[in-house]
Amino acid sequence: MSPLETSASIPAAVSAAPSDRLGASPQAPFSSRHIGLNDHDTTSMLATLKLPNLEALLDEVIPGAIRRTDEMSIGAALSEAETLAELQAMADRNQIKTSLIGMGYYGCHTPPVILRNVLENPAWYTAYTPYQPEISQGRLEAILNFQTMVMELTGMDIANGSLLDEATAAAEGMAMAYRAHRGKATIFRVDPDTHPQTITILQTRAAPIGIELEIKAPSAPYGEGVFGALISYPGSTGQVRDIRPEIEAVHEAGGMAVVATDLLALTLLEAPGKMGADMVLGSAQRFGVPFGYGGPHAAFFATRTQHQRSIPGRLVGVSQDSGGRTAYRLALQTREQHIRREKATSNICTAQVLLAVMAGFYGLWHGPEGLTRIARHAHKMASRFAAAMQAAGRTIRHDIFFDTVTVEAADDRDVLVAAALDEGINLRKLDGAIAASFDETSTDDMLQRLIGALGGTGALDAPSGIPESVLRADGFMRQPVFHKHRTETEMMRYMRSLADRDLALDRCMIPLGSCTMKLNATAEMIPITWPGFANIHPYAPTGQAEGYSEMITRLEAMLADCTGYAAVSVQPNAGSQGEFAGLLAITRYHSSRGEGHRNICLIPQSAHGTNPASAAMAGLKVVVVKCDDGGNVDLEDLKAKTEANRDMLAAIMVTYPSTHGVFEEGIAELCDIVHAAGGQVYVDGANLNALVGHCAPPQFGADVSHLNLHKTFCIPHGGGGPGVGPIGVAAHLTPFLPGSPLDGEGAVSAAPFGSAGILPITYAYIRMMGNDGLKTATASAILSANYIAARLRPHYPVLYTGRNQHVAHECIIDIRGIQDRCGISNEDIAKRLIDFGFHAPTMSFPVAGTLMIEPTESESITEIDRFCDAMLAIAGEIKMVEDGHWPADNNPLVHAPHTADELLGDDWTHPYSRQQAANPEGNRQANKYWPPVGRVDNAFGDRNLICSCPSMDEWEAAAE
Amino acid sequence: MLRYTTDHEWIDVDGDIGTVGISPHAIEQLGDIVFVELPDAGSAISKGDSVAVFESVKAASDIYSPANGDVTEINSAMLDDLTSITPDRARECWLFKIKVADISDLDELMDEDAYNAMIA
Repeated sequence: MSPLETSASIPAAVSAAPSDRLGASPQAPFSSRHIGLNDHDTTSMLATLKLPNLEALLDEVIPGAIRRTDEMSIGAALSEAETLAELQAMADRNQIKTSLIGMGYYGCHTPPVILRNVLENPAWYTAYTPYQPEISQGRLEAILNFQTMVMELTGMDIANGSLLDEATAAAEGMAMAYRAHRGKATIFRVDPDTHPQTITILQTRAAPIGIELEIKAPSAPYGEGVFGALISYPGSTGQVRDIRPEIEAVHEAGGMAVVATDLLALTLLEAPGKMGADMVLGSAQRFGVPFGYGGPHAAFFATRTQHQRSIPGRLVGVSQDSGGRTAYRLALQTREQHIRREKATSNICTAQVLLAVMAGFYGLWHGPEGLTRIARHAHKMASRFAAAMQAAGRTIRHDIFFDTVTVEAADDRDVLVAAALDEGINLRKLDGAIAASFDETSTDDMLQRLIGALGGTGALDAPSGIPESVLRADGFMRQPVFHKHRTETEMMRYMRSLADRDLALDRCMIPLGSCTMKLNATAEMIPITWPGFANIHPYAPTGQAEGYSEMITRLEAMLADCTGYAAVSVQPNAGSQGEFAGLLAITRYHSSRGEGHRNICLIPQSAHGTNPASAAMAGLKVVVVKCDDGGNVDLEDLKAKTEANRDMLAAIMVTYPSTHGVFEEGIAELCDIVHAAGGQVYVDGANLNALVGHCAPPQFGADVSHLNLHKTFCIPHGGGGPGVGPIGVAAHLTPFLPGSPLDGEGAVSAAPFGSAGILPITYAYIRMMGNDGLKTATASAILSANYIAARLRPHYPVLYTGRNQHVAHECIIDIRGIQDRCGISNEDIAKRLIDFGFHAPTMSFPVAGTLMIEPTESESITEIDRFCDAMLAIAGEIKMVEDGHWPADNNPLVHAPHTADELLGDDWTHPYSRQQAANPEGNRQANKYWPPVGRVDNAFGDRNLICSCPSMDEWEAAAE
Repeated sequence: MLRYTTDHEWIDVDGDIGTVGISPHAIEQLGDIVFVELPDAGSAISKGDSVAVFESVKAASDIYSPANGDVTEINSAMLDDLTSITPDRARECWLFKIKVADISDLDELMDEDAYNAMIA
């Protein structure tokens, strides 16, 4: 993580292409598997553009002044087998111990049925965020299961579809309580017995927005100016106490009670919702998701109905479709950054959907009684351990606990920790004490060895010490979904039935502009479930994670090489966190130079909504810079705004190539203008897939960028997360990279290396592509986008182009003219594409009434042509409407998508045939995708908000 | 006297009481309204304050007060049926009434012709 480490060497790159080396693999190079176009396709697509070769295309598309002046030193590509062997060697250097460290991370068994059918299944991991509900009903239902489970266990009214980690969830809770007070109070009380990384993240997030943390027992008297308190239940060191008086005290002081908790504990303990909590949060990691050296895991967040419009993150709700059928979709999106920008409730976009889906499935696989059994096991283990320690003359810090026991060891803490380690067991070190957290994987044998190592004489049976007052009084998870899938046959079929409702990359191209839905290759995915990478606790002694250290150091160096930055930190576990970390680096840099007053952040109109939301979190004031008619940043307006804020200018946040999909000519000048006024340049790396190998942001003036590994570097989108958003910085900002969440400054994620468990994906991708493969991928992505633009242009205007009328790696087509002429909207086209078996392009971003198409380099010419053919067929249908052959309110576009139900129904009242509806020209019947619901009514769902599964009564009523 | 702001609010003044709403054009741009937040009756508000919110499924719009004064009445009946908020009912769907502190504050606002010219 330190800048010095990133200069560590990558193993000597082989000098020739794999096929030329003596004894090299006979396999085709991986790049030919990753890139969808072969030489012949490339030539024919270039011919469409009247260009001789890829180099000529790049010369025409990319402004010469910003072409990269040096070569990357990634070296030649390795084969899949060589890469897997290299990663296996690193995994082998990680020592897998039994970690009883706790701190929000616990051992668990991932049910094999979930491991294979979800985590290792591209139908789940290659899906996108479910913005298009008609093709996302499967994962929307899976997220709804997760939300329902969280609501049931926490006793709250509403839960979201996951957050990034427990520490940032706590920060979101703090910010939500702060907003509720509209800035009238500024003090947030934090329970000292909270996970230390959570306290660090709260500190990072509190300071920029003027919140003062008061780390003091929630039961201590309150002064003036407190807007909320975080209460840990159970405490980080294990204590379970009745938190009702503490919640009442916070309420009396005029603040909101935010409770950090553990879902497994809540199967036994009274629900915080019943005790008066306003918000409840924590990590769902132990519900079947491995340690992964820190992540990714799903955090959960629940609150009360009256605060539902302020809840951070994505929320799945129930609505109905055009035929009145129940249908799910994302609810209350107006809270979110893409609409509210700097006024959004949070900057979060990608969450941890894949992991939330796993946790939800874990809940319904075990059911309430199975979860309770697991909780009792962990508690029993802890009780026996505590009794044995007391029998050995030790003092237990907290008499009442769930799964974590703290043993006083003022004089011999390190001796005890070392003795346990000799038995292969990691304990948590505290000041003058040790702590052990037990879980579903804890065995009797392990317990006996641990007790023996710590000087005890064997486990003693001990009664539970949890008093009646904090025991859970009522049942939970009574909904049918948590009781119907207990056999593997039923479970497997349920998962399959959900996956079959969705369109993911395993079925078709997902041409979402700005999302870079490229291949997530199997060889990249395989290492993440190896025990050597999956089963290490993030706070295990660093000596046990040498393989990880090596992999991460090399990866940071390779990413620095790919981007041209001096150093990279992989800690931010989403793009939004990367943005925040990058802006924090800028503000800390200004402060270090005595210019901490600089607080203006310039952001172009065309920016992604996360940018202004992140700036607000970093305490910066957003000043919007206009775009000109060509979609470029208006440099005159930029100069005027820079001049007007010269002494206060902190930074500009700009995306390159622009969110309009164009290589703007003025980027270097833009950077110069901002630098001249003392500002720093943040280049949003969302569109890095158009740059790798050919342009390096710091060479044209950038000081910091975040990279979206889930876009450019092959980490799958998982249906809305995990994402990874490392930041790269120029040399002068390296001291301000995020530090460790335990003892550093500026940490932004709960774990030192964020979602370390999925970093092998990016590592494998870069190693298997090599220098040349990465450069060809960039060129191929640009070629495919320009090919699509050329094919669609005669039928749909391409909104913005750069030099020589070319686009970058994506293109925006403008539907507003069509809508004005005949009423057909971009949404109608998006939904009609579903009938053709396609996921829609990005709708109305960054310009309302448009579609943004990004093919990536991974799509074949066959699939690209199939998409273009579908768009042309749709253009023909639009003409039918325009010419009056079909009414504006009764045509295949406005009724799209068409379900099998409607097509097979007795009454068909449309002026077009069923064949036209379901199998329009060029649609391949064998691969026909049948949408499970018709067009979803978003307004109905937002007016009648329901965010949980049907109860037993509702389910029975519906079944009748 | 009917006046419009550049942010698409209208205010219809009768004596010193102004009735405030948003224009048909603004309702049309927002689309189906799913949520409306109104100010508290009796509260004192200032010109330019964000005092109400309109949300559709795809947009959120803050409503700014066109004048200084006290809120005398809010149209809570409108909240009972959000589907009734349509461009042709922009006048019926007023948001709140305000006792305007200084009528001359409204001098800088547009009349209907000027507003229609702005959105044309």
